[in-house]
Amino acid sequence: MTISRRRFLLSTALVGGGVLIGYSATRPSKHRRANAELAKEGEHYVTTFLKIEPNNEITVYVPHSEMGQGVHTSLPMMAADELDADWELVNIEQAPAIDLFANGELIKGFAGEFGVPGFLTGLINVSAVSIAELMNLQTTGGSSSVRFTGEMAMRTAGAAARQMLVECAAAQWSVAIDECSTQLSHVQHNASGRSLSYGELAAAAALLEPPKNPVLKDRSQFNIMGKAISRVDIPAKVDGSAHYGIDAHSEDMLYAAIRLAPVFGTRLVSVDAGDVLSRRGVKRIVELEDSVAVVADSYWRAKEALKLLKSEFESSDADTTSSADLFAGFDRSLADDDSDEDVEMGDTESAFDSAADVIEANYKVPYLAHAAMEPMNCTVHIHDGIAEVWTSTQDALGIKGRVASIAGVSEDDAIFHHSYLGGGFGRRLPFNWNVIDHATLIAKEFDVPVKTVLSREDDMQQDYYRPAVASNFKAAFDAAGTVQAWHNRFTGPIQTPGAAHIPYTIANQSIGVVDGDTHVPIAAWRSVDHSQQTFFTESFVDEVAHRSGKNPFQFRIELLAEHPRHRKVLEVAAEAAGYGQNLPQGHALGIAVQESFGSIVAEVAEVSLDADSKPVIHKVTCAIDCGWAVNPDIVEAQIESGIIYGLTAALYGEITIENGRVAQNNFPDYEMVRMATSPEIDVHIVESGEALGGLGEPSTPPIAAAVANGLYILTGQRVRELPIKNHDFSRSTPVAQV
Amino acid sequence: MANFTINGVQQNLDIEPDMPLLWVIRDELGMTGTKFGCGIASCGACTVHVNGRAVRSCVTPVRSVEGQNITTIEGLASVAAGANPSAPDLAAVQQAWIDHQVPQCGYCQSGMIMAVSSFLATNPNPSDADIDSSITNVCRCGSYPRVRKAIRSLATA
Repeated sequence: MTISRRRFLLSTALVGGGVLIGYSATRPSKHRRANAELAKEGEHYVTTFLKIEPNNEITVYVPHSEMGQGVHTSLPMMAADELDADWELVNIEQAPAIDLFANGELIKGFAGEFGVPGFLTGLINVSAVSIAELMNLQTTGGSSSVRFTGEMAMRTAGAAARQMLVECAAAQWSVAIDECSTQLSHVQHNASGRSLSYGELAAAAALLEPPKNPVLKDRSQFNIMGKAISRVDIPAKVDGSAHYGIDAHSEDMLYAAIRLAPVFGTRLVSVDAGDVLSRRGVKRIVELEDSVAVVADSYWRAKEALKLLKSEFESSDADTTSSADLFAGFDRSLADDDSDEDVEMGDTESAFDSAADVIEANYKVPYLAHAAMEPMNCTVHIHDGIAEVWTSTQDALGIKGRVASIAGVSEDDAIFHHSYLGGGFGRRLPFNWNVIDHATLIAKEFDVPVKTVLSREDDMQQDYYRPAVASNFKAAFDAAGTVQAWHNRFTGPIQTPGAAHIPYTIANQSIGVVDGDTHVPIAAWRSVDHSQQTFFTESFVDEVAHRSGKNPFQFRIELLAEHPRHRKVLEVAAEAAGYGQNLPQGHALGIAVQESFGSIVAEVAEVSLDADSKPVIHKVTCAIDCGWAVNPDIVEAQIESGIIYGLTAALYGEITIENGRVAQNNFPDYEMVRMATSPEIDVHIVESGEALGGLGEPSTPPIAAAVANGLYILTGQRVRELPIKNHDFSRSTPVAQV
Repeated sequence: MANFTINGVQQNLDIEPDMPLLWVIRDELGMTGTKFGCGIASCGACTVHVNGRAVRSCVTPVRSVEGQNITTIEGLASVAAGANPSAPDLAAVQQAWIDHQVPQCGYCQSGMIMAVSSFLATNPNPSDADIDSSITNVCRCGSYPRVRKAIRSLATA
């Protein structure tokens, strides 16, 4: 199931610094449809993603969800710059959830990278989902918006629109196109001094077929891209007016509090409602296959009533399962080594047979919840043959289809209402649909809007988790102490191909995946497999470096001869962090590097122990090569965000299974980094000029290993299991620095 | 009956005295700027001011604010402006949040801003240690470095 690269990346460099993209992101048929179906009187859609109004205002339709990653700013910047638009006259709107605005560019981008993206297929069989279906999503994930939709659709759309406007102006003036130029939303004819605004030209331009090969700007021609332009969504986020899915509100709204089967996959057996129905505001008890809900005229009344309702769920084989059992199963899988090959390079077996020395280590990470600040919720109103849905989602079109099918209406009769997301991190991606499904089933019982909200406890216990994973490593050294072979087996499934691969030049490598399936539902979690695999590989590389008698930074540099971009970010981060310089007494630096989602990130963590021997993370210095920066301030914000998200997981994050169910309830037992524990973060953007890399995820993977590698130098203790809070560093012996 | 003033408007509601202020604000009054995060006063997303002091409204029963003055994020700027007609549209903390591009997803920021504005009112020139011990709100997007920068920019010394 691959898509030919030529369909979407047929590019030719032009004399003079431009580039021809041989793919029409503007979809002529859709642009016609947009005008026919959506444009109001006097409005014209010049391409799918752009609208130019007679008053010269331009609207950019962003087919991605804004969850804090700045996509409602960075994507319009890309379109507006290519269009030579006046940024002050650019409006930004979330694209409606209709297939006209499906962001298939994302799918094509991933297809070019590594086939159908694992995070989209979730746990369902890949073969059951056609590319065509995936193309029809409006997904936001995989750190993809800017590098795929931005590069392949927004910039192309802006450039195509600019060419169409110039063509119209030239025709009106009866002059050659190349005598015309554009700036600040106007076409100018320099020789005669004539000028027309885009708004004046829009009607005529809309009749043209968009060019199939619009010419994109060279970076030196950018006027908007590359600048730290303020995010358009921030003003509404400081005065309480920003609207999230959970903020859907109407006078006649009802609210559902729901109890889902505590052991995943079990069914509801019976309900004893007691006098719950007589409580103030309670309207109905809704029994579903795997859950029971109380619907009332306020969420608090529903939730209080649900507490009093007794319910029984069927027993299951998983009822006695604990995390220890699951990890014991992982150990058996690893011991059996019935593995699927991921990497086979050289002759690993011979290298181990003839090794002078071998080291082996076992690593583990627990399940993790996403714990987005906005608890999972969904409001559905089924009325007059129509299903309306309000929810914060990373996939508006997919949600619309899902709700329509459960509500029993056609997709054309479903209406999706957009909002900001109170965090996504993978939880709100396609197929993680439990709240959506239940909210729709409950709403089918009423003719008014019903808002279903998970409590924080339910949000934590009914997630689709980052998988728990165990990983076994062996390294073989020759008599000179040089590493000759790398052997790694880890429990699957693989959600992100390549996450366990290492960039280091080691001649013999064997990397394979063994069965890691359990009854616990899993999904993408910020940076997906990279978060755990980078903790594993960058920690074990550190072990190999120390065993080789080498400085961990120098060791990496020496083995990265074939990866100059990795070397560069390591060098930049190390220098900025003062690596090799004198540190405050009792401080140490740990280092790690990882390429993910098209960006390469090195992080150096400065750590110490406090008076109680608890780790303190003082500072994280990060260097990222993301090709170049569309908006450097958004880049920095995403780096800070990804590091803190990963640091929370490294220090505290642990979802455990007891009696088949999740043991953690709320933030006190699933602790977060807060102001007091948040390090200073120093970000360095390395502009290699290569293709744009992702930003939402790539700074998350290296942080756990960077911190653990620093703690090793500080204490002599190698952290091989997360979270770090479970380790006792009170008896420490610092490691002599090489 | 519950009686209190919220953002300068007197309310007189026929609701249970145990109903947490958060749900009074969100579901009864339909004011959605104040957010539900954890329900147990751990994350601070629901922070509002009662007589100018930050409280976590998810564990504040409405009976405990009888006759009190409540300010939510929606009312912060006008309360800061008081009767001054030339006061800016945003409170200083809100403007600093824009200047330093603090919010990401933004869901926790109503509570963060309410916590910080109350904190700075009593401690206008805080040390880092003061900030660490007083601002304990959770932000999953990790806006903490920018929150710290924005607070420092507001410090008076």
